[in-house]
Parts: sequence; structure tokens; C-alpha cells
Amino acid sequence: MLDISLTHYLSVAAILFTLGIFGIFLNRKNVIIILMSIELMLLAVNINLVSFSVYLNDLVGQVFAMFVLTVAAAEAAIGLAILVVYFRNRGSISVENVNMMKG
Amino acid sequence: MIVQTLTFYLFSMTTIAAGVMVISAKNPVHSVLFLILAFFNSAGLFILLGAEFLAMILVVVYVGAVAVLFLFVVMMLDINFSELREGFLQYLPIGALVGIILTAELILIFGSWVFSPDAASVVAAPSLPPTEITNTHALGKLIYTQYVYLFQAAGLVLLVAMIGAIVLTLRKRPGVKRQQISNQVSLPIDDVIEIIDVTKESGR
Repeated sequence: MLDISLTHYLSVAAILFTLGIFGIFLNRKNVIIILMSIELMLLAVNINLVSFSVYLNDLVGQVFAMFVLTVAAAEAAIGLAILVVYFRNRGSISVENVNMMKG
Repeated sequence: MIVQTLTFYLFSMTTIAAGVMVISAKNPVHSVLFLILAFFNSAGLFILLGAEFLAMILVVVYVGAVAVLFLFVVMMLDINFSELREGFLQYLPIGALVGIILTAELILIFGSWVFSPDAASVVAAPSLPPTEITNTHALGKLIYTQYVYLFQAAGLVLLVAMIGAIVLTLRKRPGVKRQQISNQVSLPIDDVIEIIDVTKESGR
């Protein structure tokens, strides 16, 4: 318990990932919170990659974590842009009836 | 050792508490601020692991760019958040059930697995101890040589994201008067200026 091992880091990442999934379940209508939950899940993945990289003495894990970070930033930018356009068209960000935007 | 352990628990507990607040806060602005807290504390975890370059990148990219972008959008859009929270409690039981099952399974797996004995022989880029080379130096040597194409591809992903965001949010509004410099320049000279012969003491 006193000695911090790989399992400790993996547990933190697992709890964080589950919190992300839980957040998507809980805030079904609010897209902003859903996007933040996705960021939390990507953060958990990064913790996993970095801790494995350190405990295996392999730097490639950290390189990969950096690419995940890049994709997360791009995803946030595009997601928020879509959100702004959606709000302009509908005057609300409720995702309950997004399918009305079809066509 | 005891300091390291206490620091780990401090950072991880704060990260998880902030994560809980992100998904349960009533006000989305508070959610974003708790997200920033979570990012800062995971940067602390990364430093504890010895990955200081990624810790700094996390602070710069996530706190400096992504979280501020979220804050910007939350404050820019005029949204009634109370009606978006309807159904919050409706999904709570099933969400909690799925969450608890998933966490329990993941932690059970993490508690029982071991590294393969020949895992050390398939390491792609072995990292030297921090007394010889810093983490940033080692990562730089790796991404600018062996992974340079992937690094450039990551830059392209960001470029495409930027262009996509601009294309999505750009709009042409009809009926807005704008300055057209070409029209101004190409006007015939007679329409623009008039040359008048002023006679002396005529009052003009």
C-alpha cells in the first residue's frame, strides 16, 4: 500500500475513465458536459500510456500519449465548432432532437 | 518514499474528486474550472512518474488551450442550463450501475496481471535513467528522428482541425454593408471629384 506501483496509477486511470462514461450517461442533454467527459476519458488513457511507458522503460508510450493529446485538442476544437453552429441554427444545445437537423 | 506515496495520493484523490465535480456541477463554468483542476493534478501525477515533458504539455495544451476554449464557448452561448439538467436523476441508477461494474472489473484485472517475462526484450525505445538524460531531451531525440513522419502527421491533424473549425463557423450574412476597395478605386473620376473655376470674390 505504501509502495506506489503501476497498479495504483492504472486504478486512478480506470476510475477517471469510468467517471467519463458516467458523465455521458448522466448529462445526456448537455453536449458541453459530454465533450468534457470525453476529455476526461482521454486524460485517463494518457495516464495509462505514460505509466506503462515509465514502468516498462519504453519511451514510445510517451510519444504516443503526445499524439493522443494532439487528437484530443483537434477533437475539442471541431466539437465546439459544431456546437456553435448547432446553437446558431436551433437556439439551444439540447441533443435530444439533433436528428431534426437531417437533410 | 513516504513523501512520494503521500504526494501520489494527494494528486490522485484531487484528480478524481475534480472529475466527480466536472460531471455533477450545476453550473458548466464550474465544470470547466474543475476540469482545469483535474488537468493540473494529472500533470502532477506525470511529474511523479518522471514524464515532465508531457506534464508541461498537458498544462500548456489542455489548460491553456482546450479548457479556455470550453470556457469561451460556455460563456459565449446564452443557454438555459437548468432545463438541460432535466432527466439527470432519471439516468443516475443505470449510469451508476454501469460505472461501478466497469470500475470493479478494471481494478480486478489490474490487480491480477503480470508483465510477460520477455516484455523487456521487445522495448522499442529504451529510456535511459534520468541521471544521464532528461525526459525532454530523450523525447526530442525520438520524435525528431524515428517518429518524425508521425510528428508531422500530428501537425497536419491540427491544421485540418483549424481549417475545419473556421469553415464550420464562418458565415456570410446577407444585407451587411462592407467596404469594397476595388469598387472604390475603379469609380470614374467625374463621379468622385468636380473641378470648379472659382472666380475672385464670388463667395464660393
